Amino acid sequence: MSDRRDFMGMALGAFAGLGALGALYAAKRTWDPLPSVKAGGFTTIDLSGAKENELNTEVWRGKPIFVMKVGKNNPAYNDKRLIKVGNDRFFIAIGLCTHLGCIPTYFPEKNKFICPCHGGQFDAAGKVLKAPPPKPLTIPPFKLEGTKMVLGEEGKEYKEMKAQKLV
Amino acid sequence: MAHFDPNAKPFTKKWLNERLAIETIERVMSTEYWIPKNINFLWAMGMVLAATFGLLLISGIFLLMYYIPTTKEAFNSVNYLIMSQVGYGWLWRHIHAVAASVVFLIIYIHMFTGIYYGSYKKGREMIWISGMLLFLTFSGEAFAGYVLPWGQMSYWAGMVITNLFEGFSKDFLGGALNFPGLVEWIRGDYVPGQAFIGRFFMLHVVLMPLAIIGLIVLHFGALRIPHVNNQDGEEIDFEAEAEKWKAGKRKESKVIPFKPVFLSKDVFVLSIYFIFFFYLVFYHFEFAMDPVNFDPADPLKTPPHIYPEWYFLWSYEVLRAFPKNPGLVAFGFVQAILLVLPFLDRSPNVAPASKRGPFKIWFWLLLVDMVILTILGKLPPEGIFTILGKIAAYTLIALWIALPFITKAEKPIGGR
Repeated sequence: MSDRRDFMGMALGAFAGLGALGALYAAKRTWDPLPSVKAGGFTTIDLSGAKENELNTEVWRGKPIFVMKVGKNNPAYNDKRLIKVGNDRFFIAIGLCTHLGCIPTYFPEKNKFICPCHGGQFDAAGKVLKAPPPKPLTIPPFKLEGTKMVLGEEGKEYKEMKAQKLV
Repeated sequence: MAHFDPNAKPFTKKWLNERLAIETIERVMSTEYWIPKNINFLWAMGMVLAATFGLLLISGIFLLMYYIPTTKEAFNSVNYLIMSQVGYGWLWRHIHAVAASVVFLIIYIHMFTGIYYGSYKKGREMIWISGMLLFLTFSGEAFAGYVLPWGQMSYWAGMVITNLFEGFSKDFLGGALNFPGLVEWIRGDYVPGQAFIGRFFMLHVVLMPLAIIGLIVLHFGALRIPHVNNQDGEEIDFEAEAEKWKAGKRKESKVIPFKPVFLSKDVFVLSIYFIFFFYLVFYHFEFAMDPVNFDPADPLKTPPHIYPEWYFLWSYEVLRAFPKNPGLVAFGFVQAILLVLPFLDRSPNVAPASKRGPFKIWFWLLLVDMVILTILGKLPPEGIFTILGKIAAYTLIALWIALPFITKAEKPIGGR
C-alpha cells in the first residue's frame, strides 16, 4: 500500500520536476536577447578622415566606441594596444569604463580619460592609470579592410592581438 | 459537521459567522492580539510603513494607466502626459516619488529601532530576517521603478547596476566568478534598451509587488508568536497578562489589545506622519526628483556626476571605496551581513543599547558611520573625500567583524 503511494508520489514528483525544468528553460530563453538585437551587431567605420589626437565617438551595439588617431607626441604612441592602419596608429575601444560602465571623458591637454562616476583614469591607449577600473578599456572585435574597420567581426589583426592577450 | 441556522437572516452577523467566522478572525487578529504597554512612538513605524506602501500601491495604479514602457515614449509619458495632460496626474507622480524616498527613511528608522532595542533575539529572529528580505525587495523595487521614466539617471543607473552582475574580473580565481554573458542576459540587449525597459516594467508593477506583499504577510506572521518587543526588553507572559486585561484589571496588566487601544496610538502617529508626508508632496516634492533625470536618456553621454538616490548612498560609497574586485566583496558583505545580525549578537541580553555597555558605543558608531558614508556617497570621488570614504568603509566592515566579540564579552543583565 505504502509502496504504491510512494511510487505514485515519486512519479508525480519526477514529472513535475521535468515540467519545472522545462518551464525554467523557457523562462531563461524568454529573457535572452532577441535575434534582431544579435543580428544588428556589426558596424563599419571609416578611419581615413581622422585627425590626430581628436577623439571621435562611434556607436556599435548601442555602445559608444572611442576612435582616435594617436600622434607621436602622445605618451601612449608606442603602446602595443594601438592598432596600426597604414602609417597611422589608432586607439579603438569600447567607451565604457571597465568598472561599472560609465563613459569616461577625454581631456586632450592631459592625454587621459577620466570617468565621472568613480574617478577611474585611463591613458590614450586605454590603460588604467587610476583604480577602480580593473582592466584597460576593452578593444572590440574588429576586422580591417583598408582604411575601413568592421566592428563585431574578428579579423587577422584582432586575432594577433588576442594571442598576445592585448584584448 | 458545520451547523447552519436556517432562520438566520442573510448577511447578519450570525449568518456571516456561520460562513466566514468573522468574529473569530477579528478576535484573533486584533481584539485579542496583545501589545505591551511599555513602548513608544517608534513602535508605530511598522504601521507607518504599511500605510506608505498602501500609498505607493494606489498612486502606482493611477500612474500605470498612462505610463508607456517603450524607449521612445516612456520619458514623454511621464514628463508630458502624466504631468501636464492627465488630470491630477502630477499628484500621483509626486505621491509616488515622495513615498518611494520617505519609505526608505522609515525603513531605516524601523531597522535601527530594532537594533537599538535588541528586537531580533530570543524568538524574534524570523521577524528580523523577513524584515531584511523586505528591505532587499524594496531596494530592487526602487531600482526597477527608477529606470522607468527613462531619463539620464534612469539609463545610467540601469547601466551601472546591471554591470555589477558581471561579477569579478577575469584575473580573479581564473575567471570562475566572471559572468560577462549574464549582464547581456539581464538586459536582453548589449545595453539597456527596449527589452530592458519591458522587463523592468514587469518586475516593478507585478512580480516584485507580489513578492513584497507575500513578505509583509510573513513579517506580520513572524510577530504573532514572540510578540513585539518593549522598551526594556522585558520578557512578558502574554497569556497571563492578557487574562488580567480580560478580567478587567486593566491598570495592572502589562499589555493592551491591538484593537482598539494600540490602534488609536498608531493612528495618532500616522496622522502626524501624514501631515509631514503631504507637506512634502505639495511643497517639497523636488527633493525626490533628481534634476538630471529630466533630460531624456542618452546612451552616448554619461552625466558629469552620477550618484544613486540617497537611500543607496552608503552602500554605493562602500562599493567605490575599493578597486573592482574587493569593492564587490565589501559591497556584498555589508548587505548580506545585515541578514545574519541575530546570530552575530552573541549576548543573551534583550535590552536597549543604552544598558548594554560596549554595544551602546557599537550602535552609535554604526549609525554615525552609515550617515557619514551616505554624505560621502553624494560627493564627487576626489581628494580628501576618497580617503574619508575608505576610512568609513573600513570602519563599517570592522564594526560588523567586531560585533560577535563585543557581544560575547557583554555581561548578562539582571542574572537572566
